Amino acid sequence: MKRDKAPKPLPASSEWSFELIDAYHQEIARVAADFGLDTYPNQVEVITAEQMMDAYASVGMPVNYHHWSFGKHFLSTEKSYKRGQMGLAYEIVINSNPCIAYLMEENTMTMQALVIAHAAYGHNSFFKGNYLFRTWTNADAIVDYLLFARSYIQRCEERYGEEEVELLLDSCHALMNVGVDRYKRPAKLSMAKEQLRQQEREAYLQSQVNELWRTLPIQEARDTSAIERRFPPEPEENLLYFIEKHAPLLEPWQREIVRIVRKIGQYFFPQRQTQVMNEGWATFWHYTLLNRLYDEGYLADSFMLEFLQSHTNVVMQPPYNVPWHRGINPYALGFAMWQDIKRICESPTDEDRAWFPDIAGSDWLETFDFAMRNFKDESFVAQYLSPKVMRDFKLFAIDDDDREHKLRVAAIHDDSGFRHIRETLSEQYNLGNREPYIQVWNVDLRGDRSLTLRHHEHKRRPLGKTTDQVMKHLARLWGFTVRLETIKPDGSIELVQEARIEKRHPT
Amino acid sequence: MVRIIDRRFDSKKKSAVNRQRFMRRFKHQIRRAVSDAISGRSIRDIDSGENISIPSKDLSEPTFQNGEGGVWETVFSGNDRFSSGDRINRPPPGGGQGGGSQASDEGEGEDDFVFQVNREEFLDLFFEDLELPNLVRTQLAQLVEFKSHRAGFTNDGTPANINIVRSMRGALGRRLALGAPHWAEIRELQKELEEKREALGDDHDEVRALEEKIGRLRARIDAIPFIDSYDLRYNNRVKVPQPTTSAVMFCLMDVSGSMDEEKKSTAKRFFMLLYLFLLRTYERIEVVFIRHHTIAKEVDEDDFFHSRESGGTVVSSALVMMRDIIRDRYGNGAWNIYGAQASDGDNWENDSPQCRQVLDSEVLPYCQYFAYIEITPGEPQNLWREYEILQADHKNFAMQRIETMGDIYPVFRELFKKSLV
Repeated sequence: MKRDKAPKPLPASSEWSFELIDAYHQEIARVAADFGLDTYPNQVEVITAEQMMDAYASVGMPVNYHHWSFGKHFLSTEKSYKRGQMGLAYEIVINSNPCIAYLMEENTMTMQALVIAHAAYGHNSFFKGNYLFRTWTNADAIVDYLLFARSYIQRCEERYGEEEVELLLDSCHALMNVGVDRYKRPAKLSMAKEQLRQQEREAYLQSQVNELWRTLPIQEARDTSAIERRFPPEPEENLLYFIEKHAPLLEPWQREIVRIVRKIGQYFFPQRQTQVMNEGWATFWHYTLLNRLYDEGYLADSFMLEFLQSHTNVVMQPPYNVPWHRGINPYALGFAMWQDIKRICESPTDEDRAWFPDIAGSDWLETFDFAMRNFKDESFVAQYLSPKVMRDFKLFAIDDDDREHKLRVAAIHDDSGFRHIRETLSEQYNLGNREPYIQVWNVDLRGDRSLTLRHHEHKRRPLGKTTDQVMKHLARLWGFTVRLETIKPDGSIELVQEARIEKRHPT
Repeated sequence: MVRIIDRRFDSKKKSAVNRQRFMRRFKHQIRRAVSDAISGRSIRDIDSGENISIPSKDLSEPTFQNGEGGVWETVFSGNDRFSSGDRINRPPPGGGQGGGSQASDEGEGEDDFVFQVNREEFLDLFFEDLELPNLVRTQLAQLVEFKSHRAGFTNDGTPANINIVRSMRGALGRRLALGAPHWAEIRELQKELEEKREALGDDHDEVRALEEKIGRLRARIDAIPFIDSYDLRYNNRVKVPQPTTSAVMFCLMDVSGSMDEEKKSTAKRFFMLLYLFLLRTYERIEVVFIRHHTIAKEVDEDDFFHSRESGGTVVSSALVMMRDIIRDRYGNGAWNIYGAQASDGDNWENDSPQCRQVLDSEVLPYCQYFAYIEITPGEPQNLWREYEILQADHKNFAMQRIETMGDIYPVFRELFKKSLV
């Protein structure tokens, strides 16, 4: 490796200082700009281990409303941290504008530089560029919105009691994962607008609900026999949205809290869909940026050794037959895929030309930019997972059918298996397959006002054990009996759960 | 372009509120666990049971998840032996890689959330909002005793407190300090004197002048007082308020034939809980066990709980004995006296009014608190009715009926519930 002596190498001390962080950041920023990374402005915050655990507990947000579950996560994190069972993550980065990256004070200068490259340039540029984040999140407004949410919920606690609010939040949290719009685009968040419109909305929402429930039995009676109309006319996949708009008994403030939880859940939705891409992207960039700085002579050998050691730990992929195997490591797979895309662009083999005629030999920075902007894990794997990566990872697909006594190896990393593995892995990252698909099917408007959900059974996978508890939470929000039906693959329908509400929960 | 912010010093304990909320919910679980522990375990276990782990099912956060079963196809890494179409045995359950367990990885782990409390925390939570009704009043009305503690030395005080060694040491130092310049001068003059004597002989004027000078200096040294008033050091003593830290607890139990083992063990738990509470409030606690059938007897703990008796019941015998013991041993006002009586309510008809009288005039006035529990599933009997009359007049008297083992904990809370006196 040839090295041009840099005019002024950066000091290779393991102790960090604010001046050093600034100096390292300047160089990293310069190189990142050379590669054309487009980022939000950065805000680097130095915090303690306790603050890091804290950030962990409140889902990485700088402000959040209060809830016991965050305390629970804090306690369990603290417990395992104190017993040395786990180290803390090196970094937390918040998708906001400016982009906030946390550095932990206990880390060495090398680690701080690694985190700056990884979070402040890797993740940051991904947040700014990827279509999911652009569509679903509004980096300018999130911190303000969280402030609004926290003070709103605090006011509700003062007025209606902590207990009451807590129960409501429990129920909302249970439905957070099914409280997202998968296809529709949400309205932008803004604190000022939220506050302005909040009261207006309260009144409006209530009037809508009243409209829906103001059925006049005498007039309706004529046409009911003729057509059995369903409500909603089209199945609704966003349960929290449906609750917010149509639950008959919720007070306006309760609707607003449902909305807050829904909005925050929606905000995290893209992160759950882009783990491999996002982590791989950030890992690729910290690796590339720091290596470039080393080549330019800015970084000492000792720095590189420490950096490479942590980098190697991050991108390690344990094989299936060791106890610490936890599935595919998103950092490892993502990093390998991005590295591989670069390789295909720069020095494609015949195989690459056959598999990726579009990008083989193209400008890698342009290809990167396109891939980063327009994909999520599912489609990214389907589009870019190459035979080489599959071979390197020695991937194989296992078919587990509970009707069979044995597992079947469906495909391995050979010519006949590549496409199958790629397809399977892509499906694996499809959130729609990982989580049960549940929709609001019908409300018995004229009868007992019960709510019926439908679960579309996929590959005969049943619902998990916690379903009955979730249904109880749903019943608490809906205020009347809720039912859950499963549509079997053969089209038959089966009632699996029913949560009855005899009396309305006292408010 | 970049902003670097040092956040290490601001907003410490940001999750304190969340933690608190968690603990509040969690306390509920503990209390339930405590309640279960009391009704389900033996006393000795409660005393030594430091760790209660609470598997908090209620604390799990449920979501819609896929359960096990159905068809799962999963990609793994590190193939070292398989080719496509191979059939392999399922790995044993719990091995983690049953194939497709990924989706539920996160959710499953949380059911195991277990929080350990040690004995101290356990008791803290247990007694947190319990307080003996009269405690506040006692502390306010109590004659505060002072205990005197040594606290170094002072420059003034009463002659009785003079510390001789310290004072003499000070005086010595002062004498040395004041005399030092004179001694130095004397030594020099002495040297000069020797030289002059050698040269001029003893009778020379200069020699005499020197001798005189030396004599004057010695006189000045002698004039330094051997001890002066500012040498005096006095032992310093400060008074520290000393709350009364001793309590005596009387356990009265009916051991007549009608008290069966189950009722006794219910009573046992009741005494135990009171004892644990006192243990936290007072430094020193004596426990007096009085059991009675027709006659009362003071016994040790083992006999109290374990020996069997039979026969009729005269409750007043125990109360009279308690009164006598108070007079003999705990009458000097330094003791906080607590009484706890357990019975099944059976009493000899004519004795009950007498019980009331003894309590009313001779026991309750000396007690911080007296609690009576009646362990019976049946109708209240004459003793209960007599005691009800007492309850109106004495705020330090409380009574409760217990039907089953499970009632104890709520009854205990009821008895000692925080009340503003």
